[in-house]
Amino acid sequence: MTGELGQLAVCFALALSLVMAGAGLVGARADQVAARSIANGAAMGMLVFVVLAFGILTYAFVVSDFSIALVANHSHTTKPLIYKISGVWGNHEGSMLLWVLVLAIYAALVAALQRGGDRLTSASLGVQGLVAAAFFIFLLFTSNPFGRLDPMPFEGAGLTPLLQDIGLALHPPMLYAGYVGLSASFAYAAAALMVGEEGWTRAARPFMLIAWISLTCGIALGSWWAYYELGWGGFWFWDPVENASLMPWLIATALLHSALATEKSGAFRTWTLLLAIGGFSMSLIGTFLVRSGLTSSVHAFASDPTRGFFIMILIALAIGGALALFAWRAPTLKGGAAFELVSRETTLLLNNVFLIASCACVFVGTLYPLVLEAYNGTKISVGPPYYALTFAPIFFALLLLVPLGPLLGWKRGDLKAAWRSLYPALGLAVIAAVTVLAIITPRGVVAAMAFAVAGWLIGASILDLRRRKGARASAFAAALAHAGLGVTLLGVTGTTAWRSEALTVMAPGETIVVGPYTLRFDGVTEEKGPNYVADRAHVALMDGDKVKAMLRPEQRFYTAEGQSVADTAIRTTGLRDLYLALGDNRGGGRYAIRVYVSPLAPLIWLGALVMALGGMLSLGGRLRVGARAPAAEAVAAE
Amino acid sequence: MTRSAFLLVMLMTLAAIPAAAQAPAAPETASVGLSFSDPAMETRARNLQRQLRCLVCQGESIDESNSPLAGDLRRLVREQMVAGKTDAEIQDFLVARYGDFILMKPPVQPNTWLLWLAPFLVLGGAGAVAWVTVKKAAARTT
Repeated sequence: MTGELGQLAVCFALALSLVMAGAGLVGARADQVAARSIANGAAMGMLVFVVLAFGILTYAFVVSDFSIALVANHSHTTKPLIYKISGVWGNHEGSMLLWVLVLAIYAALVAALQRGGDRLTSASLGVQGLVAAAFFIFLLFTSNPFGRLDPMPFEGAGLTPLLQDIGLALHPPMLYAGYVGLSASFAYAAAALMVGEEGWTRAARPFMLIAWISLTCGIALGSWWAYYELGWGGFWFWDPVENASLMPWLIATALLHSALATEKSGAFRTWTLLLAIGGFSMSLIGTFLVRSGLTSSVHAFASDPTRGFFIMILIALAIGGALALFAWRAPTLKGGAAFELVSRETTLLLNNVFLIASCACVFVGTLYPLVLEAYNGTKISVGPPYYALTFAPIFFALLLLVPLGPLLGWKRGDLKAAWRSLYPALGLAVIAAVTVLAIITPRGVVAAMAFAVAGWLIGASILDLRRRKGARASAFAAALAHAGLGVTLLGVTGTTAWRSEALTVMAPGETIVVGPYTLRFDGVTEEKGPNYVADRAHVALMDGDKVKAMLRPEQRFYTAEGQSVADTAIRTTGLRDLYLALGDNRGGGRYAIRVYVSPLAPLIWLGALVMALGGMLSLGGRLRVGARAPAAEAVAAE
Repeated sequence: MTRSAFLLVMLMTLAAIPAAAQAPAAPETASVGLSFSDPAMETRARNLQRQLRCLVCQGESIDESNSPLAGDLRRLVREQMVAGKTDAEIQDFLVARYGDFILMKPPVQPNTWLLWLAPFLVLGGAGAVAWVTVKKAAARTT
């Protein structure tokens, strides 16, 4: 019965999303105040029904109800509870249900935060209702999570072992919070075009920030997972699925900066609207790439194109509709702010130029091979070397400019004064570069340049923090986010330039020296996990004759799924990772072992955390101000 | 290349075959089993391997793939190195056999011009729009 209840709940949610769309759009008219409370109520009701549907599906996974096809195909009784729960979104249908859950949460937040209900909020709820309705229809007609199986199988097929991991359990909800958060700013932008409201960036900013923070964390989590789970010591592979999450992040970053200029000085009004539309478009395109199966191969897409075509139509409607609205209404917006060549506005515009170009690299690099193959069957690969030659220099140029922005005033800045106040940061950059060239081997000009840029960013951020001493916490947001970029850059450079590795076969008792570490292989034992058997290697990190620490990389064989997965052992000392992965059995107790020593690796993710923290400070400041403001704003909007 | 290195590779290749046959679940044998004792050669081989795509995997190079095909390709690369071929010759040989798909770095040729140029065209275009915008905004200040 419960499965049918879940499906019914989705149907009710669809109905309520249509009510929300209709009432919200009607409420956008100045004289239709009553419709706005209907839209608010529909948003709340939609959330209730989606939570119900999601709860029912989660329950089915927890109790292993294999009469539901999705549970039978993606779960197993022996799985630990946490992976039964994360299995809910470890598949297409469940992840789309998660998507609409996040969408409903955002809609309810919009309704709750703007209780009074002005025209702008009403119209944005209307647009979100339309988006939600499209996704409910997609869910019900192409991706029903509640389909039944008859006869019911005795045991489930299990979940891909790679997904049975805490990093990948949390990654999709994070990422979706980002993707869908961009739908909220999209809805506000479309609403602003409808009602001609220019203060929309203020109302939308909390959602832009939540989306950006979530995307930052989601991407970092995915990259961290790839690092420790795939067993090759790499942290970013320019895989289409990774790229699909990077594109919305790049546009969201551009949007945050452009919207700031719009809010503070009235500049780039139309451009910010376009970015809000573009950000959500990237989310949809990312979802399309991942969900249609197009990334694995053009043929996988062609074999079942229903879902792909549906999302394609959705993209066309959303982007086309928004752009048509833009073309119709944008000319009525008051345009043309005045600012000088040297001003913060100009630096924010340059920020956008470089971010758009970096996004274009990722976009073309991801889609070009697909288009070329569909066009004439030619297959090419676009791998890391392409991005090293296109994305890297463009992003580098952006990083060089970052410290300048916060130092220039709105409308008119003083370049000389800004430059002079950055001398200490410049000094730090030179010291970083010289240190790299003089001390650290192997020397690398590129590594030295990267360190210089990181020093430049971090130094400028420290100066910025000092200058703002005593201000509100939210004043430190930009400095933190920019410092985070520098920290991540240090990590990326360290691991790329100075990683040492050893791929060897070891017999028990043998020792090996990798970088500064001496390792002794003490053999392999067999261990039983909850739903796997593991070959667990015991490797001693030696300090002279003494054992300093034990590392235990594993090779796990998941019996239900019949697949094996490596579980790496990573020891972080200071800022250096010692990374071990166990390979295959060579007989006679001998095993293949991979050892990586990655200097500065932890900084990659620490930097992302610092960036996210910057975003949170800004969000905190906004919510505090926002708690007082909306009533006054609602009056002003009328 | 010395004869002993060649022998070493041959021996290791032979040694790798039964191991791979026994344990199909863990076919990374070749990556570990094949390694040059000469560090310069090993670095060269690893660099080459990073430039070549594993044809059956999702975006992995043959350097980091566990698939049996990647193992075969690694062996092929090293055999060619031992035979004295240059990096370019080895890449050309593999492209002739498997097409451009095997190169992680897409070649610059008519059907990839757009791929290579697009980011810089966008950069230029966006830069031009920005320039006009700033000029107009600056004109309004006077």
